[in-house]
Amino acid sequence: MARAFRWLIPHPLLTLILAVVWILLQNQVSAGMVVFGIILGVLIPWGTSIWWPGTPQGVRIGKMLTYSVIVLWDIVVANIQVAWIVLTVPNAKLRPAWIVVPLTLKQPEAITMLAGTITLTPGTVSADLSDEGHSLLVHVLHTDNPDAVRDEINERYQRRLLEIFT
Amino acid sequence: MTFDAIIIYAAAAALFIGSAFVLVGVIGLLKFNDPMTRLHAPTKVGTIGIGMLLLASVLVSLAKGEPSMHEFLIMAFLFVTAPVSAHFIAKVCIHRQDCVAPPSPRADDTWSTLKSPDQETDNTTA
Repeated sequence: MARAFRWLIPHPLLTLILAVVWILLQNQVSAGMVVFGIILGVLIPWGTSIWWPGTPQGVRIGKMLTYSVIVLWDIVVANIQVAWIVLTVPNAKLRPAWIVVPLTLKQPEAITMLAGTITLTPGTVSADLSDEGHSLLVHVLHTDNPDAVRDEINERYQRRLLEIFT
Repeated sequence: MTFDAIIIYAAAAALFIGSAFVLVGVIGLLKFNDPMTRLHAPTKVGTIGIGMLLLASVLVSLAKGEPSMHEFLIMAFLFVTAPVSAHFIAKVCIHRQDCVAPPSPRADDTWSTLKSPDQETDNTTA
């Protein structure tokens, strides 16, 4: 039974997301559309499972929600800070910097989430990953203390992602 | 009637804030003179600016009595795709050496963008 389930639905989370996206695309909830969304959610991961060899294991949904709220709040705060920098700091006084964030995360999904979070919060853009995947290159728009930015990324995002992807 | 009025005012405020952030993003894009610093302006437009404009759209559709959910999908797709395009622009900048050279990573040999394929013969991926 478990094997049949695994064969039919290799990625349960992806199935759920596809069904929800389909219902959102329809803009209205009706039984037929829910069924069709679930059919799509089964067919698409099943047909493309050859390109998805692994499934992320042990994702904690509750901690993911708190993480999302924190990131959304940070996006708002950082937006205002960066808007202030854009309007007030002249080009000559701008101090952009590269920082290297050492990665303790191992899973590709977790590293992708960290890089995406860093890019979405204004003022920092993740630029590159080192060849063995142990450090992340981040560009900062304006900072006096690059080490503090690195420590904040570590403390605020990386530590929480480590708890989400156990 | 008053409920509708409140929603319309809130939508107007969201439109105003959103367009203000888009404007600041465009100013940043024009003002900065280095490709890497320029990259910071669009990330701002893509989050709060578009987010507020979409929020206004949701509010107006609510006031009309036909709630729309498409905006949340647009937001989700933007949040997934915007970092990828920013990442690729940054990679091109590093590769063409249009910016200050990045420091070398502490733990590993080099950044994956700068690594040439003939450096290593075996394709072991981490």
